[in-house]
Amino acid sequence: MNLLNSTLAGAFALAALTAPAAAADCPIKVGVLHSLSGTMAISETTLKDTMLMLIEQQNAKGGLLGCELEAVVVDPASDWPLFAEKGRELLSVHNVDVIFGNWTSVSRKSVLPVLEELNGLLFYPVQYEGEESSKNVFYTGAAPNQQAIPATDYFLEELGVEKFALLGTDYVYPRTTNNILESYLKQKGIAAEDIFVNYTPFGHSDWSKIVADVVALGADGKKVGVISTINGDANIGFYKELAAAGISADDIPVVAFSVGEEELSGLDTANLVGHLAAWNYFQSAEAEANTSFIDAWKAKMGAERVTNDPMEAHYIGFNMWVNAATAAKTTDVDAVRSAMYGQEFPNLTGGTAVMLPNHHLAKPVLIGEIQEDGQFDIVSQTKEVPGDAWTDFLPASAVLKSDWKDLECGMYNTETKSCVQLLSNY
Amino acid sequence: MQNSFLTRNPSTLIFLAVLALFTIAVTLLSEGLGMGFISTSFVKTLGKTLCLGLVAISMDLVWGYAGILSLGHFAFFGLGGYMIGMWLMYERTRDVVVNSLADAPIPATAQELNDAIATQIFGVVGSAEFPLIWAFADSLALQLLMVVLVPGLLAFVFGWLAFRSRVAGVYLSILTQAMTLALSLYLFQNDSGLRGNNGLSGLQNLPGLGDVPQALVSLWFLWGSALALGLGYVLAAWVVSGKFGSVLRGIRDDEARVRFLGYSVETYKLVLFTGTACMAGIAGALYYPQAGIINPAEIAPIASIYLAVWVAIGGRGRLYGAVIGAGFVSLLSSWFTGGRAPNIPLGSYTIQWVDWWLVVLGLSFVLVTLFAPKGIGGLFDLIGNQSSPNRHGADLGPDAGALREREAQE
Amino acid sequence: MIRLLLTGFFVLLSCSIAIAQNTPMQAVLQDHSDLIVKSSRKTIAPAIAGITESGLPQAQDVLQSWQGKSMWQRKSDGLFFRAEKLDSKTYQLHDFDSGDTVGTFPKSELKQIKPNSGIRALIGASLVKFQLNDPDPERRRAALISIQRNPSAAVLEPLRASISSEADAGLKAMKFRAEQLLTISYGTNQAARIRAIEHMAGDLGVDARATLSRLLETRTDVFANAPPDTANVARVLRVGETITTAAAYQLLVDRALAPPLISSNDIRLSLTQHVADDKVGGVSVETLAQPEQRQRAYSALVDEGLAAPAPTQAEMGASLSQFVFAELYGEPSKQVTQAAEKAMQSTELNVGVNQAVDLALDGVSLASIYFLAAIGLAITFGVMGVINMAHGEFIMMGAYTGYVVQQVIPNHTVSIIVAIPLAFAITFAAGVAMERLVIRWLYNRPLETLLATFGVSIALQQLAKNIFGTQARPLTAPAWLDGAWVLNDVVSISYIRIAIFVLAIGFLALFLFIMRRTRLGLETRAVTQNPSMAASMGINPNRVNMLTFGLGSGIAGVAGVAIGLFAKVTSELGSDYIVQSFMTVVVGGVGNIWGTLFGAAMIGFMQKGIEWLNPSNTLAAQTFMIVFIIIFIQFRPRGIIALKGRAAGD
Repeated sequence: MNLLNSTLAGAFALAALTAPAAAADCPIKVGVLHSLSGTMAISETTLKDTMLMLIEQQNAKGGLLGCELEAVVVDPASDWPLFAEKGRELLSVHNVDVIFGNWTSVSRKSVLPVLEELNGLLFYPVQYEGEESSKNVFYTGAAPNQQAIPATDYFLEELGVEKFALLGTDYVYPRTTNNILESYLKQKGIAAEDIFVNYTPFGHSDWSKIVADVVALGADGKKVGVISTINGDANIGFYKELAAAGISADDIPVVAFSVGEEELSGLDTANLVGHLAAWNYFQSAEAEANTSFIDAWKAKMGAERVTNDPMEAHYIGFNMWVNAATAAKTTDVDAVRSAMYGQEFPNLTGGTAVMLPNHHLAKPVLIGEIQEDGQFDIVSQTKEVPGDAWTDFLPASAVLKSDWKDLECGMYNTETKSCVQLLSNY
Repeated sequence: MQNSFLTRNPSTLIFLAVLALFTIAVTLLSEGLGMGFISTSFVKTLGKTLCLGLVAISMDLVWGYAGILSLGHFAFFGLGGYMIGMWLMYERTRDVVVNSLADAPIPATAQELNDAIATQIFGVVGSAEFPLIWAFADSLALQLLMVVLVPGLLAFVFGWLAFRSRVAGVYLSILTQAMTLALSLYLFQNDSGLRGNNGLSGLQNLPGLGDVPQALVSLWFLWGSALALGLGYVLAAWVVSGKFGSVLRGIRDDEARVRFLGYSVETYKLVLFTGTACMAGIAGALYYPQAGIINPAEIAPIASIYLAVWVAIGGRGRLYGAVIGAGFVSLLSSWFTGGRAPNIPLGSYTIQWVDWWLVVLGLSFVLVTLFAPKGIGGLFDLIGNQSSPNRHGADLGPDAGALREREAQE
Repeated sequence: MIRLLLTGFFVLLSCSIAIAQNTPMQAVLQDHSDLIVKSSRKTIAPAIAGITESGLPQAQDVLQSWQGKSMWQRKSDGLFFRAEKLDSKTYQLHDFDSGDTVGTFPKSELKQIKPNSGIRALIGASLVKFQLNDPDPERRRAALISIQRNPSAAVLEPLRASISSEADAGLKAMKFRAEQLLTISYGTNQAARIRAIEHMAGDLGVDARATLSRLLETRTDVFANAPPDTANVARVLRVGETITTAAAYQLLVDRALAPPLISSNDIRLSLTQHVADDKVGGVSVETLAQPEQRQRAYSALVDEGLAAPAPTQAEMGASLSQFVFAELYGEPSKQVTQAAEKAMQSTELNVGVNQAVDLALDGVSLASIYFLAAIGLAITFGVMGVINMAHGEFIMMGAYTGYVVQQVIPNHTVSIIVAIPLAFAITFAAGVAMERLVIRWLYNRPLETLLATFGVSIALQQLAKNIFGTQARPLTAPAWLDGAWVLNDVVSISYIRIAIFVLAIGFLALFLFIMRRTRLGLETRAVTQNPSMAASMGINPNRVNMLTFGLGSGIAGVAGVAIGLFAKVTSELGSDYIVQSFMTVVVGGVGNIWGTLFGAAMIGFMQKGIEWLNPSNTLAAQTFMIVFIIIFIQFRPRGIIALKGRAAGD
């Protein structure tokens, strides 16, 4: 900082001043855009700590391109418009080379235009509803075909479920996922009247009526299964009511897409044994990489802490970015992006994750049964499933394809052979 | 007339001068047109703060001058944002769709175009049809009209029902809070046709102006917000300095007496409530294109309570107090929660402001209410050597309400 | 690599042959080794059948171990054993055939066979015939539950045979019921089936309803003239009335009895295919943005034979009129379906009545929760005219007290007994402190009280986040509150909700007692009605206000424990209930406990009612509820029960 700048910095105590454009290449800055306060803080703070741990480990290994990595942590406070503001700050004020962040879809949609305008690079680690492809975002979490569809297949084939209750919190991820699933189930020959859909508000606690409705579904002799996209705290009331109603997983199995180790720690799981969750990672996965990751995490954060799926997504995403930057010999966004395609990195469950040209990973899908100790017993593990940005089960999206490598388009219409738009839809 | 109004209200001139200076200074220091000392994101923050100042003025009018503690003004603010957001979203998407369909071998019919736009906008929330409320989304003029009309209409209907049945005081506050809650819950539903929890996003990209850099757009909005704030301030000052304002103060201090004097208290309240709702709608319409996204969380009851907090801390019953309160508290909040405030190590425990700021805000709010009911605006009284008798918090008038020492002297 | 695998395979094979001599069960398992390890419900059937049909006495033990996830495979030779956990890393293996201990092995050398719940159900079904006469009543019960989940014709005979020898009366009733249901589905004697159906009429059990519904399942079919006499017709459908025209036509298209409809997208696609020299079917491409032009171009294509003609409305009608649509039962016997229809009608009536009862119970439960959350507010807001926005945070403090107590006292029953008075004491103290420090300076300034207490509210909420984190904390109910009071398969209510109901009644009684029978109540009522007169009669209004406020806050704390038990403990717990609590008090009428009760009942029942009308969207129910309250207040601005006095005189 030159003298003029530092004097002005004093004068504008509140102002976020632009750093001098001639900033040296070192240190390489990594932006962390996770809420540290507000409703999403609990989930996202864990991811911030994961990022700090990964950066620390990388620095211990000698940094990147001969530089130290430096984390720039900002707090968007679970306030969606703030994600855009803080994202702009990271890119234009702190000049970060890459951002790891976001949890909710709406926060991603908020920051997307800023990323595309300023050509930033974001790694998004959470399972999401798909139907989006941005040149500037790598989606390291699961797309619907990497979580929802395999879980539904498991219900259909392994558990013989014939009637589905799709219960969700009323926001975009459950809405879109359920939409895709409804369409998928109909293609699988499930009649429309055998699909019951219900949406509840965030933090809903009065579940008796809904649980009774689900039980009543079984009255026509078909096996009922619940696919739950219920988010956050509301799960606690739901599972408590389920346990109180004495519904065993053998009668009405519940598979959840948003319940992981972290969420179960707020529950007494004795009555929930056997209910399911689908993720790309469980802490109980038996692999050496996983053991050392868990050990490092517990050493840093405390023995009672658990690991979860989005943490693995950051682990893979960060390491791929490091490798891509090493391969490209620069942290320039466009060069790194080209180097990302085809990057391989061993995931924590024993296989290898591959970055596809559509900015999604190929990852295995795991289905786990809840155990008494709050961990999951993995009962099914698929081969690596390539993530699909546009679902094949909605007519409007089936014709779309994302390929940033060869087609250089995130929304390519295979029917008209043209690129619908280069920016993403938000 | 204008002259005498300004001489009677010297604070208006000072306010306008400060506002103009501020705007010019920010423009000169900005990235878009000036020296580049203030980042675009901070220009946006400042522009948004001006909009918050405008909605704070509308809150001050209903609460500080008429004694109606509305805990629902952010609903009107948000509705204004939604109305402009619909046009921004529709037009931007239309441009994209028209461009992509231009390559098609045969031209699209109007119906196909419409369907494609709807799929683009609502595909995210699993729908592909325009709800009825988007009927005017293709017209900027109509949608701008709705920015004023929709909040105004909601306020009119709500106010008419509430004031007619003489709901007042804390009952009214709770009812307004219920209204906001109902509205935000309604908008949360996907079926409401405004994209549920996702809300309307990408609003900072103005349709047809894709190649104008955001650094410039942010300045346009800063100027727009400053202009709106200036006009709103003058209008509000003019309203409260006339007979209308006197009646409002009368209603605040003793509604029954004003009614006995023959004034139609309900009409006065209703006009004020509706007018301030329109004002809040305009503020929202300027705010959300700068924020970039509007969704139902923005109009949750807590937002309106914060609005009351700003006005109370700034100082009720004086317009510049409201603006100062909004600016001061919201900027301070973003400074503390932005992780920029230094942590305070206390030996074994480190106070992190991200965690403790709300505690400090909550407690300081209690302290302001108890010990400095005039808020920050009271400091100007100290400078002007206007001290009020210490009544240990007791009212000047007979009725429950706000502090009104200052007006008693005027 | 492949060679290695092959070698391994042959080694395995020879090994299993060697074993087959004296270890028959191991041999059976090895035969199906791949299927067992693959563990998929689709393919597992031969493996289970192999074990069951081996006729070996060990079969039951193997199946049970397998089902209980205690069957492990030794990695070195692929043999299966029953494993017993010694500690987290080592397991002791038992041979299935001999029952002998094979030795202890580290976990890394073993692989657990994890049947998923679909396979476990299949194993359970095949275990039925072993378990029906098992000496252990729990196993017999398991067999019956398995029959209930997977009824099949094969178990009917063994089940019948086992009834007479059943000693346990409860199990005997279960067996008899299961036998009746199986008879309905799989019986061969028509008279016996009809008898069983009549016996089950009106039964509310989900399994009974399921059996009848399966019997009454229909499929829609289309016939050229009339359904054949052999078909068991449920009803003949009339196009446009009992079946939509679109659905009927689609059925014809599916059966290739009519040409398919052409959608506008199909038209666009075929036009696109035939563009030549900027013209399609003689129409220039630029004009194709108009639907009429497209239609013209398409007709031209049809005339040229390049596209399939779209059926017109008249053609569709003509095709439909040629056919008869009917719903057919899957069950061939007319008498049986008639009896089942009749039984179903009485069952449905019964279900309807019971559903209404269940909904009412839910309503009562929700009302008692609202009442419990609002009763403290009714005291402070109603009796004292003080708005306490921090009321929700007192509820939260109570819930966290319950959580902390549970950390100290592990016994859930004791901890709840301790937590309730402790929560009362803590929030009482907090309430008194707040009254002394903040509220008493602001009497007569209700709007400022509202804002000041809101400041306290956000400070307390954030404080809770700082102390306990934002993650929900578990507050576990004692075991005797687990489960539900099940009247039948339709009406049930969890014990925890009953406990909340009882608690609410208790606090109503307590409140009435304090207000009507104690000195404090007398003084409170006096201060409520006329504070200055009360003061001149020697009552100290300050003290009364302080105690009343403390009481209201204390009750909020207890409500917090109860709410935490049935839902969750988070820092936002209070704010979830605060608006509803205000509504309850305002709707009920300020200052009257009965009003609060009515208000809570009205809101609770109303919300459940709206949920019942629109079961797929709970959010809508809440929205409409609030809108309704706003409108209600217009007509009764003072609530259901209006009160005269200080509280009413604003």
